[in-house]
Formats: sequence, structure tokens, C-alpha cells
Amino acid sequence: MKRTILLINLFLIGHLLIAQGYKVGDEAISFNLKNVDGKMVSSDSFKNAKGLIVVFTCNECPFAVAYMDRVNELNQKYKDKGYPVIAINPNDPAVQPADSYDKMVKKAKEKNFSFPYLFDPGRTISATYGATNTPHVYLLSKQNDKLIVEYIGAIDDNSGDASKVTKPYLSNAINALLDGKKPDPSFTKAIGCGVKKKA
Amino acid sequence: MKTKILIFISITALLFSFRAKQIPILNFNQLNNQYLNRQTDTVYIINFWATWCKPCVKELPNFEQITEKYKTQKVKVILVSLDFAKNYESVLIPFIKKRNLKSEVILLDDPNSNEWIDKVNPNWSGAIPATLVYSKNSREFYEQPFNFEQLDSIVKLKTNKK
Repeated sequence: MKRTILLINLFLIGHLLIAQGYKVGDEAISFNLKNVDGKMVSSDSFKNAKGLIVVFTCNECPFAVAYMDRVNELNQKYKDKGYPVIAINPNDPAVQPADSYDKMVKKAKEKNFSFPYLFDPGRTISATYGATNTPHVYLLSKQNDKLIVEYIGAIDDNSGDASKVTKPYLSNAINALLDGKKPDPSFTKAIGCGVKKKA
Repeated sequence: MKTKILIFISITALLFSFRAKQIPILNFNQLNNQYLNRQTDTVYIINFWATWCKPCVKELPNFEQITEKYKTQKVKVILVSLDFAKNYESVLIPFIKKRNLKSEVILLDDPNSNEWIDKVNPNWSGAIPATLVYSKNSREFYEQPFNFEQLDSIVKLKTNKK
């Protein structure tokens, strides 16, 4: 009986550890990770950007795949307005072999990614941001060379069918920033694949 | 005459087997009203999963084992699939048939998940697998995969203090 309670407490502690990560308003750390073209891409690479759309996504998760074309469109639409997309794979290829660097390279070619798709060895950046599922978006604004988290969550309200979207959360959030306003909502949730990491 | 009866029986059986494969397709409000708040003596284990989710598929046999182990007791496993509704006939139903799933399966077809994830539990990020265990007086939520021993210890605890 005591053991059972101990076990359950261990689960709860595990939950608290998982629940960490950035909240809206936090300053985000910069990163410098390897892109699918073999070159390093840093969050400081975009000198003229007003901010960054950081999308944690991966190769095989059906939700991530369902959003790939939409993420491409978002990059094409908002890059010139100062908000380029940077995608980061938060999965550990030792746990999810389909998310190896080589397979990322292949996927980016196959889907004509117009944005960097970065490998995160040891999941350092993904864990610090607090990415829990794929796709998971962190919209950042640049303020005096600092990166500030402005919006966390889903791309829109219909993963299965882009034509049935009624609330384009991410586009609305970027448009709000472009208008000098704060995103509302600044935090949303969506069903997705859990990030693959060692237990 | 005998052949005719045989044919009739075969067709009836066939129709029944088709019927048996159907599972309910619900939106969140329907699921919430019908399955997530029952005030009975039963312990409910609600597992959110999908056929495309590898860790979910890996833990499914553990939920099936709970269904089997507690079949004479007031313990009920409900497998809530988050598969895309367009894959209902082509993927989900064949999967249930192939695995011969004994637990009750429901397809939750409600894309506006931002509206309902918090209603299942505010701590849920939206990642699956996730499991809600509830009885009349208590409610716990776990965003993690389970092995059988973990699951069984939770069910034991719940059935003891119910």
C-alpha cells in the first residue's frame, strides 16, 4: 500500500518536472543549431526581423505532417513582414528513429521547406522552451536584442482540415504584434504527438 | 430450403458482424456528458490515444489487460481515439478488428481542441497518450504512457478507497 502511494507520488513529481518551460512574457534563450543544409542557423541570424516564429515539429507525427504546407505558407506570408519561421525538431532520434537528422534533410526536400529546419542535439533548446508536443509554436518578438515570448500554442483550430479553420490563432497573434498589440489569446492548446525523449 | 435458411443465417451473421464493428463518433460535449462524469460505483479509466501514436499503441495491451483482469468488477476502460474522422473506416475500424480490442472504443471527433483540452484537465498539454482515471469521488489525470503494473496499482488504489 505504502509502495503504491510512493509510486503515485513519483508520477506526480514527474508531472511537475514536465510542466516546466516558458510562459508568455518570458525572455527566451537564443540558439545556434544545425540546419538541414548543413549550415548553422542562429536566432540572431535574422538581423532585420521583428521576431521569430519558432515551430517545434518533426518528420512523421500526423499532426506535424498535416501542418507542413501551412507552416510553409506562414513563412512565405510573414517572413517579409519581419516574422520568419524557424522549425526545430524536438524529438530524440534514439527514441524516434524516424526523426534522425538524415531523415529531416529528406523531409525538408520532399516538402520544399522554405524555412530552416534545425536539429536539436540532446533536446537542449526544446526542453528549455518547454515544447511538449508537435507541432508546438512559440512566437517571439525582438526587444532590444532580447527574445520575448508573445504567444505559445497551436497554429489554428483545425489540424485535420485547413479549409475548415475558423480561428487562425498564430496568424492572429502575428497580426496583433504587427499592429503593436498583444496577442489574444496568447496561449492555446492542441492535440498533438508527445515529444519523444528518453524516460 | 435448408440452403435458404443457411444463407439467411449467414447474411444475418454478416450484418451483425458489420454492426459490431461500429463505434460511436462523438464531439467533446457528448463525450463529456456521456462518459466523463458518471456518478456510479464504477472506476472509469479513460485513455486518450490514436492509431498513429506509437507510445499509445504500445500501451494499449496494458489497458486491455485491465479490462480482462477486472471484467467481473466495477472497473471500465474506455479508449477514446483521436484519429482523424476521415480515417474512421480505412484505419481505425480495421485496427480495432485486427487487435480484437475488447475495451469500449469511442472516436472523439472535435477539432477545436483548444476549447476542450482544459475541460479534461487543465494540466494536459494536449500530447497523447493521456489517461483520466475517475470514480464518483475522485479524479486523476496522467500525461504519460503506462506499463501494466503502474496502471494496475492505480486501479487497485481506486477500487479500495471507492
